[in-house]
Amino acid sequence: MALLNFERKYRIRGGTLVGGDMFDFWIGPFYVGFFGVTALFFAFLGTALIFLGASMEGTWNPWLISIDPPPLEYGLQLAPMADGGIWQMVTICAIGAFGSWALREVEISRKLGMGLHVPIAFGVAVFAYVTLVVIRPFLMGAWGHGFPYGIMSHLDWVSNVGYSYGNFHYNPAHMIAITFFFTTTLALSMHGGLVLSAVNPGRGKTVKTPEHENVFFRDFIGYSVGTLGIHRLGLFLALSAGIWSAICIVISGPLYEGSWVDWWDGWKNLAIWRV
Amino acid sequence: MADYQNIFTQVQVRGHTDYGVTEGTNSEPRYNVTATSHFLGRIGDAQLGPVYLGWSGVASLICGFIAIEIIGLNMWASVGWDPIKFFGQLPWLSLDAPLPEHGLSLFMPLNEGGWWLMAGMFLTASILLWWVRSYRRAISLGMGTHVCWAFAAAIWLYLVLGLIRPVMMGSWNEAVPFGIFTHLDWTNNLSLVYGNFFYNPFHMLSIVFLYGSALLFAMHGATILAVGRYGGEREIEQITDRGTASERAALFWRWTMGFNASMESIHRWAWWFAILCPITGGIGVLLTGTVVDNWFLWGADNGFARF
Repeated sequence: MALLNFERKYRIRGGTLVGGDMFDFWIGPFYVGFFGVTALFFAFLGTALIFLGASMEGTWNPWLISIDPPPLEYGLQLAPMADGGIWQMVTICAIGAFGSWALREVEISRKLGMGLHVPIAFGVAVFAYVTLVVIRPFLMGAWGHGFPYGIMSHLDWVSNVGYSYGNFHYNPAHMIAITFFFTTTLALSMHGGLVLSAVNPGRGKTVKTPEHENVFFRDFIGYSVGTLGIHRLGLFLALSAGIWSAICIVISGPLYEGSWVDWWDGWKNLAIWRV
Repeated sequence: MADYQNIFTQVQVRGHTDYGVTEGTNSEPRYNVTATSHFLGRIGDAQLGPVYLGWSGVASLICGFIAIEIIGLNMWASVGWDPIKFFGQLPWLSLDAPLPEHGLSLFMPLNEGGWWLMAGMFLTASILLWWVRSYRRAISLGMGTHVCWAFAAAIWLYLVLGLIRPVMMGSWNEAVPFGIFTHLDWTNNLSLVYGNFFYNPFHMLSIVFLYGSALLFAMHGATILAVGRYGGEREIEQITDRGTASERAALFWRWTMGFNASMESIHRWAWWFAILCPITGGIGVLLTGTVVDNWFLWGADNGFARF
Protein backbone atom coordinates (compact mmCIF):
# COMPACT_ATOMS: atom_id res chain seq x y z
CA MET A 1 0.00 0.00 0.00
CA ALA A 2 2.30 2.67 1.19
CA LEU A 3 5.39 0.59 0.44
CA LEU A 4 7.78 1.60 -2.32
CA ASN A 5 8.81 -1.41 -4.41
CA PHE A 6 12.22 -1.58 -2.73
CA GLU A 7 11.02 -0.65 0.74
CA ARG A 8 10.29 -4.03 2.34
CA LYS A 9 13.90 -5.07 2.84
CA TYR A 10 14.59 -1.85 4.79
CA ARG A 11 11.65 -2.24 7.18
CA ILE A 12 13.47 -4.12 9.91
CA ARG A 13 13.33 -3.86 13.70
CA GLY A 14 15.93 -2.05 15.77
CA GLY A 15 17.68 1.28 16.06
CA THR A 16 15.26 2.71 18.63
CA LEU A 17 16.51 4.91 21.46
CA VAL A 18 13.55 4.46 23.81
CA GLY A 19 10.86 1.82 24.15
CA GLY A 20 12.62 -1.11 22.52
CA ASP A 21 10.25 -2.86 20.11
CA MET A 22 7.10 -1.38 21.64
CA PHE A 23 6.66 1.53 19.22
CA ASP A 24 8.85 0.08 16.45
CA PHE A 25 6.26 0.08 13.66
CA TRP A 26 4.93 2.13 10.74
CA ILE A 27 1.53 3.66 9.99
CA GLY A 28 1.23 4.07 6.24
CA PRO A 29 4.50 5.66 5.10
CA PHE A 30 5.22 7.12 8.58
CA TYR A 31 7.56 5.55 11.08
CA VAL A 32 6.09 5.84 14.59
CA GLY A 33 8.56 5.07 17.40
CA PHE A 34 8.34 6.40 20.95
CA PHE A 35 9.11 9.91 19.73
CA GLY A 36 6.44 9.71 17.07
CA VAL A 37 3.93 9.25 19.87
CA THR A 38 5.32 12.18 21.88
CA ALA A 39 5.55 14.37 18.76
CA LEU A 40 1.91 13.62 17.95
CA PHE A 41 0.90 14.36 21.54
CA PHE A 42 2.63 17.75 21.64
CA ALA A 43 1.57 18.71 18.12
CA PHE A 44 -2.07 17.84 18.80
CA LEU A 45 -2.13 19.63 22.16
CA GLY A 46 -0.37 22.71 20.78
CA THR A 47 -2.69 22.92 17.77
CA ALA A 48 -5.75 22.50 19.99
CA LEU A 49 -4.50 25.31 22.23
CA ILE A 50 -4.06 27.55 19.20
CA PHE A 51 -7.69 26.84 18.24
CA LEU A 52 -8.73 27.58 21.83
CA GLY A 53 -6.83 30.89 21.72
CA ALA A 54 -8.38 31.75 18.37
CA SER A 55 -11.87 31.08 19.73
CA MET A 56 -11.17 33.38 22.69
CA GLU A 57 -9.71 36.05 20.40
CA GLY A 58 -12.80 36.06 18.20
CA THR A 59 -11.42 35.90 14.69
CA TRP A 60 -11.16 32.88 12.42
CA ASN A 61 -9.40 34.78 9.62
CA PRO A 62 -6.23 32.63 9.31
CA TRP A 63 -4.11 35.71 8.53
CA LEU A 64 -5.21 37.45 11.72
CA ILE A 65 -5.31 34.66 14.32
CA SER A 66 -2.60 35.48 16.87
CA ILE A 67 -1.53 33.76 20.06
CA ASP A 68 0.21 36.57 21.92
CA PRO A 69 2.83 36.17 24.63
CA PRO A 70 1.98 37.50 28.11
CA PRO A 71 2.33 41.26 28.79
CA LEU A 72 5.77 42.30 30.04
CA GLU A 73 4.40 42.83 33.60
CA TYR A 74 4.33 39.08 34.18
CA GLY A 75 8.10 38.92 33.83
CA LEU A 76 9.23 35.31 33.84
CA GLN A 77 6.15 34.03 35.70
CA LEU A 78 3.43 31.76 34.40
CA ALA A 79 0.58 33.90 33.10
CA PRO A 80 -3.21 33.25 33.21
CA MET A 81 -4.38 31.25 30.21
CA ALA A 82 -6.36 34.16 28.75
CA ASP A 83 -3.44 36.56 29.17
CA GLY A 84 -0.51 34.80 27.54
CA GLY A 85 -0.72 31.47 29.30
CA ILE A 86 -1.81 29.82 26.08
CA TRP A 87 1.30 31.22 24.39
CA GLN A 88 3.45 29.70 27.14
CA MET A 89 1.73 26.33 26.79
CA VAL A 90 2.00 26.43 22.99
CA THR A 91 5.71 27.24 23.31
CA ILE A 92 6.24 24.23 25.59
CA CYS A 93 4.29 22.05 23.15
CA ALA A 94 6.30 23.39 20.19
CA ILE A 95 9.63 22.67 21.85
CA GLY A 96 8.36 19.24 22.89
CA ALA A 97 7.19 18.48 19.36
CA PHE A 98 10.38 19.77 17.68
CA GLY A 99 12.59 17.86 20.14
CA SER A 100 10.54 14.70 19.61
CA TRP A 101 10.79 15.13 15.86
CA ALA A 102 14.59 15.47 16.04
CA LEU A 103 14.89 12.34 18.19
CA ARG A 104 12.54 10.47 15.87
CA GLU A 105 14.90 11.43 13.01
CA VAL A 106 17.76 9.99 15.05
CA GLU A 107 15.91 6.67 15.36
CA ILE A 108 15.14 6.61 11.63
CA SER A 109 18.78 7.45 10.80
CA ARG A 110 19.97 4.58 13.01
CA LYS A 111 17.48 2.21 11.46
CA LEU A 112 18.71 3.07 7.96
CA GLY A 113 22.40 3.04 8.86
CA MET A 114 22.74 6.73 8.04
CA GLY A 115 24.79 9.49 9.68
CA LEU A 116 23.04 11.88 12.07
CA HIS A 117 23.49 14.96 9.86
CA VAL A 118 19.77 15.59 9.34
CA PRO A 119 18.72 15.59 13.02
CA ILE A 120 21.74 17.75 13.87
CA ALA A 121 20.83 20.21 11.11
CA PHE A 122 17.23 20.27 12.33
CA GLY A 123 18.57 20.88 15.83
CA VAL A 124 20.14 24.12 14.59
CA ALA A 125 16.73 25.34 13.39
CA VAL A 126 15.15 24.37 16.72
CA PHE A 127 17.96 26.19 18.50
CA ALA A 128 17.18 29.35 16.50
CA TYR A 129 13.50 29.06 17.52
CA VAL A 130 14.41 28.49 21.18
CA THR A 131 16.68 31.54 21.01
CA LEU A 132 13.69 33.66 19.96
CA VAL A 133 11.11 32.42 22.45
CA VAL A 134 13.15 31.21 25.44
CA ILE A 135 16.78 32.37 25.59
CA ARG A 136 16.26 36.02 24.62
CA PRO A 137 13.06 36.51 26.69
CA PHE A 138 14.84 34.87 29.63
CA LEU A 139 17.88 37.14 29.28
CA MET A 140 15.60 40.19 29.06
CA GLY A 141 13.53 39.10 32.04
CA ALA A 142 10.05 38.69 30.52
CA TRP A 143 8.29 36.11 28.35
CA GLY A 144 6.59 39.09 26.72
CA HIS A 145 9.71 39.50 24.59
CA GLY A 146 8.86 36.33 22.67
CA PHE A 147 7.17 36.66 19.28
CA PRO A 148 3.41 36.10 18.81
CA TYR A 149 2.18 33.03 16.93
CA GLY A 150 0.22 34.47 14.03
CA ILE A 151 0.85 35.05 10.35
CA MET A 152 0.60 38.84 10.24
CA SER A 153 1.30 39.38 13.94
CA HIS A 154 4.74 37.75 13.76
CA LEU A 155 5.58 39.97 10.78
CA ASP A 156 4.53 43.03 12.78
CA TRP A 157 6.71 41.80 15.65
CA VAL A 158 9.74 41.50 13.35
CA SER A 159 9.10 44.98 12.00
CA ASN A 160 8.57 46.59 15.43
CA VAL A 161 11.52 44.90 17.10
CA GLY A 162 13.72 45.82 14.15
CA TYR A 163 12.86 49.51 14.36
CA SER A 164 13.18 49.57 18.16
CA TYR A 165 16.91 49.05 17.55
CA GLY A 166 17.09 51.91 15.04
CA ASN A 167 17.53 50.08 11.77
CA PHE A 168 18.13 46.34 11.86
CA HIS A 169 19.91 46.38 8.50
CA TYR A 170 22.84 47.96 10.38
CA ASN A 171 23.09 45.01 12.81
CA PRO A 172 26.37 43.34 11.73
CA ALA A 173 25.18 39.84 12.66
CA HIS A 174 21.98 40.47 10.65
CA MET A 175 24.20 41.44 7.68
CA ILE A 176 26.11 38.17 8.02
CA ALA A 177 22.89 36.14 8.36
CA ILE A 178 21.37 37.71 5.23
CA THR A 179 24.60 37.15 3.33
CA PHE A 180 24.48 33.46 4.28
CA PHE A 181 20.80 33.20 3.26
CA PHE A 182 21.49 34.77 -0.16
CA THR A 183 24.64 32.69 -0.64
CA THR A 184 22.78 29.50 0.28
CA THR A 185 20.11 30.26 -2.32
CA LEU A 186 22.77 31.05 -4.94
CA ALA A 187 24.64 27.83 -4.18
CA LEU A 188 21.40 25.82 -4.22
CA SER A 189 20.42 27.18 -7.63
CA MET A 190 23.88 26.36 -8.99
CA HIS A 191 23.91 22.85 -7.52
CA GLY A 192 20.36 22.01 -8.57
CA GLY A 193 20.92 23.51 -12.02
CA LEU A 194 24.25 21.73 -12.52
CA VAL A 195 22.90 18.27 -11.68
CA LEU A 196 19.80 18.80 -13.82
CA SER A 197 21.93 20.06 -16.72
CA ALA A 198 24.15 16.97 -16.53
CA VAL A 199 21.29 14.45 -16.50
CA ASN A 200 18.99 16.41 -18.86
CA PRO A 201 21.36 17.43 -21.68
CA GLY A 202 18.56 17.56 -24.25
CA ARG A 203 16.75 15.10 -26.47
CA GLY A 204 18.98 12.50 -28.08
CA LYS A 205 22.13 13.43 -26.12
CA THR A 206 23.98 11.23 -23.67
CA VAL A 207 23.72 11.91 -19.94
CA LYS A 208 26.87 13.63 -18.76
CA THR A 209 29.28 12.68 -15.97
CA PRO A 210 30.56 14.34 -12.77
CA GLU A 211 33.68 15.18 -14.82
CA HIS A 212 31.49 17.33 -17.06
CA GLU A 213 30.04 19.01 -13.96
CA ASN A 214 33.54 19.76 -12.71
CA VAL A 215 34.78 21.08 -16.02
CA PHE A 216 31.71 23.29 -16.46
CA PHE A 217 32.37 25.13 -13.23
CA ARG A 218 36.16 25.19 -13.71
CA ASP A 219 35.67 26.67 -17.18
CA PHE A 220 33.01 29.06 -15.89
CA ILE A 221 34.57 30.42 -12.67
CA GLY A 222 37.88 28.60 -12.33
CA TYR A 223 36.86 26.28 -9.51
CA SER A 224 34.58 23.33 -8.94
CA VAL A 225 34.05 22.26 -5.36
CA GLY A 226 33.06 18.75 -6.46
CA THR A 227 30.16 16.40 -5.84
CA LEU A 228 30.91 15.74 -2.17
CA GLY A 229 32.14 19.26 -1.37
CA ILE A 230 28.97 20.99 -2.58
CA HIS A 231 26.89 19.11 -0.01
CA ARG A 232 29.29 20.00 2.80
CA LEU A 233 29.31 23.62 1.60
CA GLY A 234 25.52 23.77 1.24
CA LEU A 235 24.94 22.35 4.70
CA PHE A 236 27.48 24.79 6.16
CA LEU A 237 25.91 27.80 4.41
CA ALA A 238 22.37 26.86 5.40
CA LEU A 239 23.23 26.20 9.04
CA SER A 240 25.31 29.37 9.22
CA ALA A 241 22.28 31.35 8.04
CA GLY A 242 20.25 29.96 10.94
CA ILE A 243 23.00 30.37 13.52
CA TRP A 244 23.75 33.98 12.59
CA SER A 245 20.02 34.78 12.57
CA ALA A 246 19.87 33.54 16.16
CA ILE A 247 22.96 35.58 17.04
CA CYS A 248 21.62 38.78 15.44
CA ILE A 249 18.45 38.71 17.53
CA VAL A 250 19.93 37.49 20.82
CA ILE A 251 22.48 40.32 20.89
CA SER A 252 19.68 42.89 20.31
CA GLY A 253 18.50 43.66 23.81
CA PRO A 254 20.58 41.42 26.06
CA LEU A 255 23.89 42.75 24.75
CA TYR A 256 23.12 45.99 22.93
CA GLU A 257 20.16 48.28 23.52
CA GLY A 258 20.85 51.31 21.36
CA SER A 259 20.40 51.95 17.66
CA TRP A 260 22.38 49.69 15.35
CA VAL A 261 22.98 52.76 13.18
CA ASP A 262 24.97 54.34 16.04
CA TRP A 263 26.84 51.11 16.73
CA TRP A 264 28.93 51.85 13.63
CA ASP A 265 30.33 55.00 15.29
CA GLY A 266 32.79 52.51 16.75
CA TRP A 267 34.09 51.86 13.24
CA LYS A 268 34.40 55.59 12.56
CA ASN A 269 36.36 56.04 15.78
CA LEU A 270 38.88 53.27 15.17
CA ALA A 271 42.30 54.66 16.03
CA ILE A 272 43.68 54.06 12.52
CA TRP A 273 41.52 56.74 10.91
CA ARG A 274 39.25 58.39 13.51
CA VAL A 275 37.07 60.27 11.00
CA MET B 1 28.33 7.57 16.54
CA ALA B 2 31.79 8.93 17.24
CA ASP B 3 33.06 7.58 13.94
CA TYR B 4 33.73 9.43 10.71
CA GLN B 5 30.92 11.85 9.82
CA ASN B 6 32.19 12.95 6.41
CA ILE B 7 32.42 16.63 7.31
CA PHE B 8 36.05 17.01 6.22
CA THR B 9 38.31 15.10 3.86
CA GLN B 10 40.73 13.31 6.14
CA VAL B 11 43.32 12.07 3.64
CA GLN B 12 44.04 14.10 0.52
CA VAL B 13 45.46 12.25 -2.44
CA ARG B 14 47.33 14.35 -4.99
CA GLY B 15 47.48 12.95 -8.49
CA HIS B 16 47.96 14.56 -11.85
CA THR B 17 45.98 17.68 -12.63
CA ASP B 18 42.57 16.96 -14.13
CA TYR B 19 42.34 19.03 -17.30
CA GLY B 20 38.74 18.03 -17.84
CA VAL B 21 36.77 16.47 -20.65
CA THR B 22 37.57 17.56 -24.18
CA GLU B 23 35.75 15.07 -26.36
CA GLY B 24 33.29 16.71 -28.73
CA THR B 25 33.64 20.05 -27.06
CA ASN B 26 34.79 23.45 -28.15
CA SER B 27 37.07 24.15 -25.22
CA GLU B 28 39.69 26.52 -26.54
CA PRO B 29 41.02 28.77 -25.22
CA ARG B 30 41.10 26.91 -21.93
CA TYR B 31 43.72 28.55 -19.75
CA ASN B 32 45.69 25.62 -18.33
CA VAL B 33 47.10 27.22 -15.22
CA THR B 34 46.22 25.19 -12.17
CA ALA B 35 47.05 25.12 -8.51
CA THR B 36 46.03 23.05 -5.52
CA SER B 37 44.95 24.25 -2.12
CA HIS B 38 45.09 22.09 0.99
CA PHE B 39 42.39 24.22 2.62
CA LEU B 40 39.96 23.77 -0.30
CA GLY B 41 40.82 20.08 -0.31
CA ARG B 42 39.52 19.80 3.24
CA ILE B 43 35.94 20.40 2.11
CA GLY B 44 35.95 19.82 -1.64
CA ASP B 45 38.19 19.53 -4.66
CA ALA B 46 41.71 20.79 -3.99
CA GLN B 47 42.28 21.76 -7.61
CA LEU B 48 41.96 25.35 -8.83
CA GLY B 49 41.59 25.89 -12.58
CA PRO B 50 41.93 25.42 -15.46
CA VAL B 51 39.66 28.28 -16.49
CA TYR B 52 38.14 29.07 -19.87
CA LEU B 53 38.83 32.50 -21.34
CA GLY B 54 36.61 33.25 -24.34
CA TRP B 55 35.54 36.64 -25.65
CA SER B 56 32.38 36.96 -23.55
CA GLY B 57 34.20 36.27 -20.31
CA VAL B 58 37.02 38.66 -21.08
CA ALA B 59 34.58 41.38 -22.17
CA SER B 60 32.52 40.77 -19.03
CA LEU B 61 35.54 41.14 -16.77
CA ILE B 62 36.58 44.35 -18.53
CA CYS B 63 33.08 45.85 -18.17
CA GLY B 64 32.88 44.74 -14.54
CA PHE B 65 36.30 46.23 -13.85
CA ILE B 66 35.24 49.56 -15.38
CA ALA B 67 32.01 49.58 -13.33
CA ILE B 68 33.86 48.93 -10.07
CA GLU B 69 36.48 51.56 -10.99
CA ILE B 70 33.77 54.17 -11.60
CA ILE B 71 32.08 53.34 -8.30
CA GLY B 72 35.30 53.15 -6.29
CA LEU B 73 36.91 56.27 -7.74
CA ASN B 74 33.69 58.26 -7.18
CA MET B 75 33.70 57.12 -3.57
CA TRP B 76 37.37 57.98 -3.21
CA ALA B 77 36.80 61.42 -4.80
CA SER B 78 33.98 62.06 -2.32
CA VAL B 79 36.52 62.00 0.55
CA GLY B 80 38.97 64.27 -1.26
CA TRP B 81 41.18 61.39 -2.47
CA ASP B 82 42.28 60.69 1.10
CA PRO B 83 43.11 56.94 1.27
CA ILE B 84 42.73 56.77 5.08
CA LYS B 85 39.31 58.43 5.00
CA PHE B 86 38.32 56.14 2.13
CA PHE B 87 38.63 53.07 4.34
CA GLY B 88 37.37 54.87 7.44
CA GLN B 89 34.17 55.96 5.74
CA LEU B 90 33.83 53.15 3.18
CA PRO B 91 30.59 51.68 4.61
CA TRP B 92 28.93 55.11 4.30
CA LEU B 93 30.33 56.08 0.87
CA SER B 94 28.01 55.92 -2.10
CA LEU B 95 27.60 56.56 -5.79
CA ASP B 96 23.99 57.76 -5.81
CA ALA B 97 21.34 57.39 -8.49
CA PRO B 98 20.65 60.46 -10.69
CA LEU B 99 18.85 63.46 -9.19
CA PRO B 100 15.05 63.34 -9.63
CA GLU B 101 14.97 66.34 -12.02
CA HIS B 102 16.86 64.33 -14.65
CA GLY B 103 14.00 61.85 -15.03
CA LEU B 104 14.92 59.15 -17.51
CA SER B 105 17.43 61.32 -19.35
CA LEU B 106 20.52 59.53 -20.63
CA PHE B 107 22.58 62.73 -20.58
CA MET B 108 23.22 64.63 -17.40
CA PRO B 109 26.19 66.13 -15.53
CA LEU B 110 28.52 63.37 -14.36
CA ASN B 111 28.29 64.32 -10.69
CA GLU B 112 24.45 64.50 -10.77
CA GLY B 113 24.01 60.92 -11.84
CA GLY B 114 26.03 60.55 -15.03
CA TRP B 115 28.65 58.44 -13.28
CA TRP B 116 25.90 56.28 -11.76
CA LEU B 117 24.31 55.73 -15.15
CA MET B 118 27.66 54.81 -16.67
CA ALA B 119 28.54 52.43 -13.83
CA GLY B 120 25.11 50.84 -14.15
CA MET B 121 25.46 50.36 -17.90
CA PHE B 122 28.89 48.76 -17.58
CA LEU B 123 27.75 46.56 -14.68
CA THR B 124 24.70 45.44 -16.65
CA ALA B 125 26.84 44.72 -19.71
CA SER B 126 29.23 42.76 -17.52
CA ILE B 127 26.44 40.65 -16.00
CA LEU B 128 24.75 39.97 -19.35
CA LEU B 129 28.08 38.99 -20.92
CA TRP B 130 28.72 36.65 -17.99
CA TRP B 131 25.33 35.10 -18.70
CA VAL B 132 26.35 34.59 -22.34
CA ARG B 133 29.50 32.90 -21.05
CA SER B 134 27.45 30.53 -18.85
CA TYR B 135 25.20 29.66 -21.80
CA ARG B 136 28.01 29.09 -24.30
CA ARG B 137 29.97 26.94 -21.85
CA ALA B 138 26.92 24.74 -21.15
CA ILE B 139 26.22 24.29 -24.88
CA SER B 140 29.88 23.65 -25.72
CA LEU B 141 30.07 20.91 -23.10
CA GLY B 142 26.85 19.34 -24.37
CA MET B 143 24.99 20.00 -21.13
CA GLY B 144 21.55 21.44 -20.37
CA THR B 145 21.24 25.17 -19.68
CA HIS B 146 19.60 24.98 -16.24
CA VAL B 147 22.35 26.97 -14.50
CA CYS B 148 22.00 29.74 -17.10
CA TRP B 149 18.26 30.10 -16.52
CA ALA B 150 18.76 30.17 -12.76
CA PHE B 151 21.30 32.95 -13.29
CA ALA B 152 18.74 34.71 -15.52
CA ALA B 153 16.26 34.67 -12.61
CA ALA B 154 18.75 36.63 -10.49
CA ILE B 155 19.37 39.01 -13.41
CA TRP B 156 15.59 39.60 -13.58
CA LEU B 157 15.61 40.94 -10.01
CA TYR B 158 18.69 43.06 -10.74
CA LEU B 159 17.09 44.54 -13.86
CA VAL B 160 13.81 45.25 -12.04
CA LEU B 161 15.69 47.19 -9.36
CA GLY B 162 17.96 49.19 -11.63
CA LEU B 163 16.19 49.41 -14.97
CA ILE B 164 12.59 48.19 -15.38
CA ARG B 165 11.02 49.78 -12.29
CA PRO B 166 12.87 53.12 -12.71
CA VAL B 167 11.66 53.23 -16.34
CA MET B 168 8.07 52.46 -15.28
CA MET B 169 8.29 55.10 -12.53
CA GLY B 170 9.79 57.59 -14.99
CA SER B 171 12.98 58.38 -13.10
CA TRP B 172 16.43 56.87 -12.62
CA ASN B 173 16.22 58.35 -9.12
CA GLU B 174 14.06 55.37 -8.15
CA ALA B 175 16.99 52.98 -8.65
CA VAL B 176 19.34 51.58 -6.01
CA PRO B 177 22.53 53.50 -5.14
CA PHE B 178 25.94 51.80 -5.23
CA GLY B 179 27.04 51.84 -1.60
CA ILE B 180 27.09 49.56 1.43
CA PHE B 181 24.84 51.43 3.87
CA THR B 182 23.06 53.42 1.17
CA HIS B 183 21.66 50.32 -0.54
CA LEU B 184 20.44 49.13 2.87
CA ASP B 185 18.84 52.54 3.47
CA TRP B 186 17.23 52.35 0.03
CA THR B 187 15.74 48.95 0.92
CA ASN B 188 14.49 50.24 4.26
CA ASN B 189 13.00 53.38 2.72
CA LEU B 190 11.20 51.46 -0.01
CA SER B 191 9.40 49.54 2.72
CA LEU B 192 8.60 52.70 4.73
CA VAL B 193 7.47 54.80 1.77
CA TYR B 194 5.18 52.10 0.40
CA GLY B 195 3.54 51.16 3.71
CA ASN B 196 5.48 48.15 5.10
CA PHE B 197 6.85 45.58 2.69
CA PHE B 198 5.90 42.70 4.96
CA TYR B 199 2.32 43.18 3.69
CA ASN B 200 3.46 42.73 0.08
CA PRO B 201 2.40 39.17 -0.85
CA PHE B 202 5.23 38.76 -3.35
CA HIS B 203 7.71 39.81 -0.66
CA MET B 204 6.15 37.12 1.52
CA LEU B 205 6.62 34.56 -1.25
CA SER B 206 10.18 35.67 -1.90
CA ILE B 207 11.08 35.23 1.78
CA VAL B 208 9.35 31.86 1.84
CA PHE B 209 11.55 30.73 -1.05
CA LEU B 210 14.66 32.28 0.54
CA TYR B 211 14.11 30.45 3.84
CA GLY B 212 12.83 27.44 1.92
CA SER B 213 16.09 27.32 -0.04
CA ALA B 214 18.10 27.32 3.18
CA LEU B 215 15.80 24.59 4.53
CA LEU B 216 16.11 22.52 1.35
CA PHE B 217 19.89 22.83 1.20
CA ALA B 218 20.20 21.88 4.87
CA MET B 219 17.94 18.86 4.27
CA HIS B 220 19.63 17.84 1.02
CA GLY B 221 23.22 18.49 2.09
CA ALA B 222 22.68 16.67 5.39
CA THR B 223 20.93 13.73 3.68
CA ILE B 224 23.68 13.24 1.11
CA LEU B 225 26.42 13.45 3.77
CA ALA B 226 24.45 11.01 5.92
CA VAL B 227 24.42 8.45 3.09
CA GLY B 228 28.03 9.28 2.14
CA ARG B 229 29.14 5.84 3.31
CA TYR B 230 26.98 4.37 0.50
CA GLY B 231 28.35 6.75 -2.14
CA GLY B 232 25.38 9.14 -2.03
CA GLU B 233 27.33 12.09 -3.41
CA ARG B 234 27.64 10.30 -6.77
CA GLU B 235 24.28 11.75 -7.69
CA ILE B 236 24.37 11.27 -11.45
CA GLU B 237 25.12 7.56 -11.03
CA GLN B 238 22.39 7.35 -8.37
CA ILE B 239 19.92 9.05 -10.72
CA THR B 240 20.65 6.82 -13.70
CA ASP B 241 21.03 3.59 -11.69
CA ARG B 242 19.43 3.86 -8.27
CA GLY B 243 21.59 2.45 -5.48
CA THR B 244 21.15 1.88 -1.79
CA ALA B 245 22.22 5.46 -1.01
CA SER B 246 19.20 6.82 -2.93
CA GLU B 247 16.90 4.26 -1.39
CA ARG B 248 17.94 5.02 2.17
CA ALA B 249 17.85 8.79 1.56
CA ALA B 250 14.33 8.52 0.11
CA LEU B 251 13.07 6.23 2.88
CA PHE B 252 14.50 8.53 5.56
CA TRP B 253 12.17 11.31 4.43
CA ARG B 254 9.28 9.00 3.63
CA TRP B 255 9.38 7.59 7.17
CA THR B 256 9.93 11.03 8.69
CA MET B 257 7.30 13.11 6.90
CA GLY B 258 5.38 10.68 4.70
CA PHE B 259 6.81 12.02 1.45
CA ASN B 260 10.09 11.78 -0.41
CA ALA B 261 11.81 13.19 -3.46
CA SER B 262 13.97 11.09 -5.75
CA MET B 263 17.66 11.71 -6.33
CA GLU B 264 16.76 13.65 -9.47
CA SER B 265 13.61 15.39 -8.26
CA ILE B 266 15.28 16.87 -5.17
CA HIS B 267 17.39 18.92 -7.59
CA ARG B 268 14.24 20.09 -9.34
CA TRP B 269 12.82 21.19 -5.96
CA ALA B 270 16.12 22.94 -5.27
CA TRP B 271 16.24 24.70 -8.61
CA TRP B 272 12.62 25.93 -8.41
CA PHE B 273 12.89 27.14 -4.81
CA ALA B 274 16.10 29.00 -5.56
CA ILE B 275 14.90 30.69 -8.77
CA LEU B 276 11.46 31.59 -7.38
CA CYS B 277 13.12 33.66 -4.66
CA PRO B 278 14.36 36.41 -7.05
CA ILE B 279 11.46 35.92 -9.50
CA THR B 280 8.75 36.61 -6.89
CA GLY B 281 10.92 39.27 -5.24
CA GLY B 282 11.27 41.06 -8.57
CA ILE B 283 7.49 40.97 -9.09
CA GLY B 284 6.98 42.42 -5.59
CA VAL B 285 9.36 45.31 -6.25
CA LEU B 286 7.96 45.94 -9.73
CA LEU B 287 4.39 46.31 -8.40
CA THR B 288 5.53 48.77 -5.73
CA GLY B 289 4.77 52.35 -6.64
CA THR B 290 3.61 51.32 -10.10
CA VAL B 291 0.46 49.37 -9.14
CA VAL B 292 0.29 49.57 -5.35
CA ASP B 293 1.08 52.71 -3.34
CA ASN B 294 0.71 51.34 0.19
CA TRP B 295 1.02 47.64 0.94
CA PHE B 296 -0.42 47.99 4.44
CA LEU B 297 -3.59 49.63 3.13
CA TRP B 298 -3.69 47.07 0.33
CA GLY B 299 -3.58 44.40 3.03
CA ALA B 300 -6.38 46.14 4.94
CA ASP B 301 -8.50 46.25 1.77
CA ASN B 302 -7.94 42.53 1.30
CA GLY B 303 -8.69 41.57 4.87
CA PHE B 304 -5.32 40.62 6.31
CA ALA B 305 -4.01 43.80 8.00
CA ARG B 306 -4.48 44.23 11.74
CA PHE B 307 -5.12 47.74 13.04
